Amino acid sequence: MGWQLIRFWTLLVYLFMFLPVAVVVLLSFNASQFGSFPMTGFSIRWFVELAQNEAILRAFRTSMILGALTALISTTLGVLASLALVRYRVPGSNLISTLLIAPILVPEVVLAVALLLFLNFMSINKSFALLLFGHVIFTLPFVVLVVQARLVAIRRDIEEAALSLGASPVQTFFEVTLPLMLPAVLAGGLFAFTISFDDITGTLFWKPGGVETVPTQIFAMLRNSISPEINALGTVMIVLTVGLPLLGAAIARQLARKSGG
Amino acid sequence: MSVESREARQPWILLSPALTAIILLLFVPLGFIVVYSFWLRTATGADQAGFFLDNWQEALTDSFYRDILLNTLKIAGITTIVCALMGYPAAYFIARSRGNKAILLLLLMLPFWISYIIRTMSWINILGVSGALNSVLIGVGIIDEPIQMLYNETTVILGLVHFLLPFMILNVFVSLDGIDETLEDAANSLGATRWQAFTEVTLPLSLPGLAAGGLLCFVLGAGTYITPLVLGGPTDAMFANLVFEAIITQLNWPLGSALSLMLLAVLGALVLIYNRYLGMAQLMKGLG
Repeated sequence: MGWQLIRFWTLLVYLFMFLPVAVVVLLSFNASQFGSFPMTGFSIRWFVELAQNEAILRAFRTSMILGALTALISTTLGVLASLALVRYRVPGSNLISTLLIAPILVPEVVLAVALLLFLNFMSINKSFALLLFGHVIFTLPFVVLVVQARLVAIRRDIEEAALSLGASPVQTFFEVTLPLMLPAVLAGGLFAFTISFDDITGTLFWKPGGVETVPTQIFAMLRNSISPEINALGTVMIVLTVGLPLLGAAIARQLARKSGG
Repeated sequence: MSVESREARQPWILLSPALTAIILLLFVPLGFIVVYSFWLRTATGADQAGFFLDNWQEALTDSFYRDILLNTLKIAGITTIVCALMGYPAAYFIARSRGNKAILLLLLMLPFWISYIIRTMSWINILGVSGALNSVLIGVGIIDEPIQMLYNETTVILGLVHFLLPFMILNVFVSLDGIDETLEDAANSLGATRWQAFTEVTLPLSLPGLAAGGLLCFVLGAGTYITPLVLGGPTDAMFANLVFEAIITQLNWPLGSALSLMLLAVLGALVLIYNRYLGMAQLMKGLG
């Protein structure tokens, strides 16, 4: 009996987590003028309007470019650091690990203020560069955590075999280690991209006037009540940020199978 | 150069880009706002460098800031407790379920991938004047006119719980999943009831996960300013809203620095206490 109760409770908890989001998706197909109930019919007109809304398209481009650059830089830094921590015995590695995840131990608001004020002092004003710096520093800990967790699982003796068979360390890295690491690298990059794509807390501090990312655009649109367009934009974002990692995971599994992992 | 010294230098070469970035973009800026908090914003709008205690005096003695700080801690506290009460049984179910564990876990990860702003604003569709709940209540005939259920402290807490619950469930799950199930069976066979076996064996063993989840919920909840802006009323500002106001709206950066550091001190103290007694490892398990 107790077990049935827990099962029912869990069902309610999952409903709580997903029902509001499902309603966003549902309402984005609402034919009604207003982004609300009752539903008056099925329509994709809000998606069409979305595709013609210049401000939203611009926000989308900004988010995409920002996310991609963030992922590139953050993953490069994170993979190198993870390699050092997993593959070498580094003195003070505990302290280094703590330093590397420090950006998520500091409240994001505080990080945002500190970075804004310091870089402004260094004559870097609110700009795309400031946004990029902010997103890199904020996503780096997540990349380090994800990549490190997967690197540990790669067996060292495969590399040692390559070395003992006459491959140079550089050859070994590019022909053995890197292909084995690829799923970890991809996972780290995707993680950084989605976190950057979703971020609003720091972004509102760092973005220059007139530049919007998708989340700040949604936030600005919310000021004048909820519209069906916001729901449609929400649906597009959900598809992107949920679909992309799922696709990534599928590709990673495929790669892992091919390389015999 | 000897092989050994090259071996010893290699990890530092790999680490240096990430460490440089974190020192230059986190630690130096944090040090900078400590200095900045002692500067003074003058009537002309320029910041005067120097050593003035005005900002700190205002931040620490003005009851306006103290009340909002206490209210922020209260909201974060209630959010954490609600997350624990809702999340613990769910995490227990996932950890002990047989067939659908993988799908439940996958579903649990999904909210992390769905934008915070969308999850927050989704409640407007549910509770707004023309939202789902009002249309149901009118449809059933319980009320005639839609009621405004949004924009109060309760909806702020609701939004925070919705945002933070997955963190709690995941952390509790990680620690419950690591407990040997046969321990409960052993307790049962020794005469304990199932409830006793739970409260005296499983629950104490899962406390580190509960603490990790609680810390995350509290710190993330107390540091937010978006949720009160979207789901709160004009009087529901949290401490981070004051920081945002000072920095972005009033452009009083010295005062904003002092307020940021106050928030960092309060939440940082919690993280340090946690680290002192439980260590960071548990927290990393849930994040990684």
